[in-house]
Amino acid sequence: MSSQVRFTDFKSDKQPTWCPGCGDFGTMNGMMKALAETGNDPDNTFVVAGIGCSGKIGTYMHSYAIHGVHGRALPVGAGVKMANPDLEVMVAGGDGDGYSIGAGHFVHAVRRNVDMSYVVMDNRIYGLTKGQASPTSREDFETSTTPEGPQQPPVNPLALALASGATFIAQSFSSDALRHQEIVQKAIEHDGFGFVNVFSPCVTFNDVDTYDYFRDSLVDLAETDYDPTDREAAKEKVLDADKEYMGVLYQDEDSVPYEETHGLDSNMSEIDHDGAPEGAMDLVREFY
Amino acid sequence: MPADFNWAIGGEAGDGIDSTGKIFAQALSRAGRHVFTSKDFASRIRGGYTAYKVRTSTEKVRSVVDRLDVLVALTPRTIEENMDELHEGSVIIYDGDRTTMSDVEIPDGMVDLDVPLKALAEDAGGAIMRNVVALGAACEATSFDIEHLDSSLKKRFGDKGQAIVENNKQAARLGQEYVQENYPDADLDYDLDTTDNDYVLLNGDEAIGMGAIAAGCKFYAGYPITPATDVMTYLKGRIEHFGGHVVQAEDELAAINLALGGARAGARSMTATSGPGIDLMTETFGLVATSETPLVIVDVMRSGPSTGMPTKQEQGDLNMMLYGGHGEIPRFVLAPTTVEECFWKTVEAFNLAEKYQTPVYLAADLAMAVTEQTFEPEAFDMDAVEIDRGKVVDEDTIEDHQTESGGFKPHEITEDGISPRAFPGTAGGAHMSTGLEHDEQGRRTEDTEMRVKQVDKRNRKVETAKEREDFSPREFGDADADNLIVTWGSNEGTLVEALEYLDDDDVDVRILSCPYIFPRADLTEEFEAADQVVVVECNATGQFADVVEHDTLQRVKRINKYDGVQFKADELAAEIKETLAADGQEVEA
Repeated sequence: MSSQVRFTDFKSDKQPTWCPGCGDFGTMNGMMKALAETGNDPDNTFVVAGIGCSGKIGTYMHSYAIHGVHGRALPVGAGVKMANPDLEVMVAGGDGDGYSIGAGHFVHAVRRNVDMSYVVMDNRIYGLTKGQASPTSREDFETSTTPEGPQQPPVNPLALALASGATFIAQSFSSDALRHQEIVQKAIEHDGFGFVNVFSPCVTFNDVDTYDYFRDSLVDLAETDYDPTDREAAKEKVLDADKEYMGVLYQDEDSVPYEETHGLDSNMSEIDHDGAPEGAMDLVREFY
Repeated sequence: MPADFNWAIGGEAGDGIDSTGKIFAQALSRAGRHVFTSKDFASRIRGGYTAYKVRTSTEKVRSVVDRLDVLVALTPRTIEENMDELHEGSVIIYDGDRTTMSDVEIPDGMVDLDVPLKALAEDAGGAIMRNVVALGAACEATSFDIEHLDSSLKKRFGDKGQAIVENNKQAARLGQEYVQENYPDADLDYDLDTTDNDYVLLNGDEAIGMGAIAAGCKFYAGYPITPATDVMTYLKGRIEHFGGHVVQAEDELAAINLALGGARAGARSMTATSGPGIDLMTETFGLVATSETPLVIVDVMRSGPSTGMPTKQEQGDLNMMLYGGHGEIPRFVLAPTTVEECFWKTVEAFNLAEKYQTPVYLAADLAMAVTEQTFEPEAFDMDAVEIDRGKVVDEDTIEDHQTESGGFKPHEITEDGISPRAFPGTAGGAHMSTGLEHDEQGRRTEDTEMRVKQVDKRNRKVETAKEREDFSPREFGDADADNLIVTWGSNEGTLVEALEYLDDDDVDVRILSCPYIFPRADLTEEFEAADQVVVVECNATGQFADVVEHDTLQRVKRINKYDGVQFKADELAAEIKETLAADGQEVEA
């Protein structure tokens, strides 16, 4: 891949309409830098975006891309990668997109282990519909639709991923630019489904899960002697009710991606025949 | 009327009814006889009545009839269920030793062949082969050369080893000999001649799968659902030999989104489901259409609404395929009319999808999907398959479709409504696709002028297709007749056979069978030339009849069947006669 690719090559000429101070700016910058740093260019990159503020990312980036329907970005990304394993596929979405309407797809995307990265901008609220509880909102988080809080525990995406057989689980924070870029890069480089939950604060509707909150409370695993290949340790970390972590929580270094287990190595867009493929008449003879 | 012969095996689901029926059908096909099969099955794995019926003739057979000449009854209910179709001289083969069959009474006038199926099967090596013993008995009853059965058994069990094949052949022989020895005087008035013709035997789902591979489809994602599952079963294990892949998705929502991903990557992609699955796919269908993604979506219709009758025939999803999805969306809706057409319409669906960059619905139905029919292999002439990928641009031609600043225009406003298409990986082609209204570059817009331009551009593809493609109906019967019968889907075969009954009664009709639901041929002239128009379809409200009435501004008569069973030729002929004669109008003689 061309070494001249700069992260700005991944920028489109559309100006983001996110609120000033939105966490998604930092999340997106880190994604673009990670893509450039891992040797990709816009012509071999396919970005699938979900719906909501996070889903706008496909518009602000420059690459082959599709803006999916709500909650269904993951299967689209898997389809792209299976049909052309030469492409670098990145799926981006929000907490509502990924853990509510798309929760089923999330579990199965994790199981399937297609070699792509999945970045979830988790702001623990529905922003674009103007402030309702999301699946990761705290139990007592008051919103227009939950004046007394959701009164049910939030989805734990990291635990859900681990329980579903994830081969790469990470968490990052959009405002810690370097660490965020580094973590997304690791997800891209992982052989399989690289899942990153990014705390990407909503400055307009969420006054609890703020930049200050994450800055003060997040424990960076890079500053500890944590071993991300230890699944037992990962269990403990993802179920820890008292702390939230930044960094790679789990990585299976022996992960074999779907494409490899299923023998997918060709670009299926190519059809090298003008009519039926060679040997097609055998398909008819089978019915004798 | 062809001198046809009708055979059936019936019992409980789990009795091996399906595979036994298939073995017999295949033996007949290999003996150069035409075959048309039908299934009577319930939505359960074990228990419940199920039957496999085989109609066969040395001439082409296109539908089912209300008659059974030989019935293999594994349960008393099999006899009850088929009583109306049995006649004097019908042969009933059963095992009187079986507890449930011990006190069964064979109706007067029928030939009673009590054969110890299980005991003979055990002699041959295992009780599991009792159905094959019955097949041997059936061969004797019909003077059908048992060697054709051997060849079918070899095909069926060859993978399990020579010993299994030999045991099965032996089981068939024991059944044959038992009838010879114990019923030497039974009046078995049937004779299944063989011919030297070579036929292939397949069902609609298989033909759709085969058409997909022939058309260069590489990517299939689906979720199991009756009666569409066979499409996936067929492709799995075959498409891989042609560089393709099948994914069993977690649900229909994932299936269409996976297929959408495959199509965006540039692969010819397909998904197949039945009505309830189409419901779930409808949201993404809108995205497929608006992002101008070529995709083939097969709906093998069954009785609805909701879970309806999963194993029964209906053509009730037409409106959904025509109008489903919010907003206004250009699409193609093709309806194959025979098993053979399932193949060709699938090939065509891929070409239309890519030439016009739209989703294409293939409206198949249960009666066609699970029905096996014989064809000359040339019916699936692979040399006649053509592939047209439409306006794909590469690195050399992409510059003609870029903005001044180098942005690719996947939704370029063109005269014919069709924009250039760049597969991911093409240098200079990077672009955004979205379900949001967009500009020529695919970027979101709410600009009123651009909105109108994009809507018009997408709709213009329909006009272009009408100019460039041939959407004519298939025509049968007497072209000059005053009575016009219009139909779509699997009813065609039944209508063609009904012609012979109508002919016997001196009723002349012209039949138009419409494989193109949208865009479709304008039938105004044909309607105006006719005294009476009758639309025949398997639904209660006449969804296609509504459409053609709207097109032609002419009222039509309707024959609708929605009891879950496909039309039968004789019954349909009678109903056509009655409908034409209604309102005191004279039927042309």
